[in-house]
Formats: sequence, structure tokens, C-alpha cells
Amino acid sequence: MSEEITPYQVVPKTPLAGSAAAEIRDQGEITRRSFPFVLTIAWTTLAAALGGLASILGRFLFPNVLFEPVQKFKAGPVADYSVGEVDERWKDKYGIWIVRTEDIMYALITVCTHLGCTPNWLPSQNKFKCPCHGSGYYRTGVNFEGPAPRPLERAKIYVDPADGNIVVDKSVQFHQERGEWTNPDSFLKA
Amino acid sequence: MANLRQLQEGIVNSQIWKSIFRVGIPNTNRKRVLAVLGSLILHLHPVKVRRSGVRMSYTWCMGGTSFFLFLVETVTGLLLMFYYRPTIEYAYPDIMDLREQAPFGIMREMHRWGAHAMVIAVWLHMFRVFMTGSYKPPREFNWNVGVVLLVLTLLLSFTGYLLPWDQLAIWAITVGSNMARATPGAGNEGPMSGLIKLGDIRLIHAGDDARFALIGGRSIGPSTLLRFYVLHCMAIPLAAGFLMAIHFWRVRKDGGISGPM
Repeated sequence: MSEEITPYQVVPKTPLAGSAAAEIRDQGEITRRSFPFVLTIAWTTLAAALGGLASILGRFLFPNVLFEPVQKFKAGPVADYSVGEVDERWKDKYGIWIVRTEDIMYALITVCTHLGCTPNWLPSQNKFKCPCHGSGYYRTGVNFEGPAPRPLERAKIYVDPADGNIVVDKSVQFHQERGEWTNPDSFLKA
Repeated sequence: MANLRQLQEGIVNSQIWKSIFRVGIPNTNRKRVLAVLGSLILHLHPVKVRRSGVRMSYTWCMGGTSFFLFLVETVTGLLLMFYYRPTIEYAYPDIMDLREQAPFGIMREMHRWGAHAMVIAVWLHMFRVFMTGSYKPPREFNWNVGVVLLVLTLLLSFTGYLLPWDQLAIWAITVGSNMARATPGAGNEGPMSGLIKLGDIRLIHAGDDARFALIGGRSIGPSTLLRFYVLHCMAIPLAAGFLMAIHFWRVRKDGGISGPM
């Protein structure tokens, strides 16, 4: 046999002399010198595995699909709503009151600003009243009694120019105490 | 550098650190012994393991693999419970959503393949224990605990089989639960059940026998689904966990993993 190397011949690699890996290979067992090397690999592997597991666990808790009402919906044409009325037709489905006055229309979000219960509209007393702790709001949404710290929030409301329907977008909210109710997106002019 | 040392000493001498690591740095023989005695890991894992106990060709590591797969099933199963509802309206759509919509659609597949692997691993473990004669005294009690654990493993697979609530699941459980009809004394078609009578009236019939109690009715229905879900997620895992604790404890107390003679 010649010394020539054929493609299928395995050439034993010489490990880097004196390296920890070389020692393991030479002696076939863990020595005092190579132990920190082995330990580092072991702990790194364990940390990577646990880190991967933790990130999978964390990501799994955030669903890709939600089974809840959409944030933005069409509420029909303006003519469906009569002047001076608090309209409750979207309360159960989307959590919105649509209020029409002589001048404007606005969409109130049905979440009490105290602790998040859903107030009731009491037409005879002309106010929203929260059953949990008794917060009261005028029909404008401004609080006047009970523990509520600030007015109800209004949602973005506009008329879709394509079909003339009102669109309510709950993902955009307007706070009265921040002066946002003057924003033209927060109401419709009659 | 001095500040770093101060910080280190401050941490090591703090009450929080001392409450976790009772012994402190084990720099004397006495402290080393106390560290070993007080270590949770060395409480769960033997301080000493025989050379044959870590030889794969002898143990096959199938007991450890079974336990590892049980942990995999516990973790993946717990995660599946966040998305699965055991009612006939939602069970099948939720299974589909777990594959198509939930993050990591592989989670359910891992749970299913893990279950198959666990059954295989438990069988191989028993086979190894049998072939090495490790069921002999003083380990005969632990063999019996192991037999019960095998049955619980199979019951976990059986109860999990129904949960997707597809045709395969429903008919498989229909067929499988029919075996309970033949329970001696307690199934309406079983031996001796006909002897339990009040005058001419048979007390064990299709409306009150063992199968009725297992599936919560005369045929597979919503109550079966709920029952199997509770058995699958709570009752059987708790029983298996309890028996596993005994099983591992007895492995240690009966002289560790058996070795060659």
C-alpha cells in the first residue's frame, strides 16, 4: 500500500495539543484539567434548553386567534338613530352606546372608569348608573356621583364615505379629562 | 475590586441568601457533609450510583425515559389545556385550532407522539427488568407497583384517545368501554352479575353497571367526554405521580438500580 490518500480513506485528525478536548479524546475520560470545559458545555446546553423552553411557554400563552367581538364595526346610517336618544343596540355585542343630540353624535364605551363594570342607562333618570359601586354619569359621559374618577371614554366615530354607514372604532379612545373630546374624530356633526 | 468583594460578602451574608443556602460556602469537611445532606438534588438523586447503573447497554435507560416522557406529557398537556374545552360543541374545533391557529401547532403532535413513545418506553423498561431478573426479591413489591404504573400509562392513553372527539375517538371508546360490560359482578354481561337479584329483578343492568359509571351513560356522549377529560388531566396523573414517588423511593431502598451478578 502506498502512502497516497484515497477519497474514502479516513485521516485521523490530530487534536490541538494540550487542549481540553484533546485530553478527553486521549484518555477517554474526564480529567481534572478538562472538567471545567465539560462543565461549561453542560451548563450552556442546559441554559439554552431551559431558555428555549421558557420562550416557547411564554409565546404559547398569546393566542393567534381571538374569539371576541371586533374592535371596529359598522353601525348603520345616521338616520337609524333618533335625536335625544341613548341607543343601546350595540351594547351587548360591541360594548358601545351611540348617543345622538341635536348637534352631534358620539360613541360611549360601556366601561365604568371606576373598576370596569358595565353601567346601565336609566332613561327615567337621564343618567348612566353603575350597579357595582354606584358611579353615575350624565348622558354626555361625564361623571357626577359615586367613586368614578373620570368621565366615560368615547370611541372614534366617522361616516364611511363609500356607503354612508357610521363606523365605530373602539381601538381609538378619547378621554375628556385630556381634552380629547374636541377632537373631530370623537364625534359626528349632525 | 474592594467594592466588588464587599458586594459579594453583602449578598452572601444577607438573610435572603442564607435562607436559601443554609450551609454557606462548603469550605470545611463538616460543611461539605451538611451541603450534601441538605441538597434537594442529592435527595432526589442518589449520592452514589453504581457503575452498572449508568451503563446504557445494561439499563437501556428506559425507566428514566418513561419518566422524562411523563414530564413531557405533563408540560405539553398543561399547555393544551389552555386552548381545549371538553364539550361536544368545542372539543373537535379546538383540536383543529390547536393545529391551525394556536402558537406552535406541533404542541398537540408532541403530546400525541410522546404518549405513543411513553407506552413503548414503559414496555421496554418492563422487558429489561424482566430479562435481568430485577423483579426478584427484594424488588418484588416494586415490580407490582410498576405493573400498576403500566396499567395507568395505558389508561392515560385510552382516556386521551377520546378527547379529539372525532369518529375514530368515539368508536374506539365505544368498543373499548364495552369491555367494562364483562366486569365480573359489576358489568351487566359479566360473570356472577346475574346472581345479584332481588326476587326476579336483576340489580345489575345496562343502566347501573360498571360501564355506566365509567362513561356516565348508556352510550358515549357529553358526560363521557367530560369524565374522560377529568380522568385524563387530573385523576390518573395524580395517581401515577403518587405511585412513581413510591416506585423511585423503593428503587433506592431496595439497593439501587439492579446490577449484574
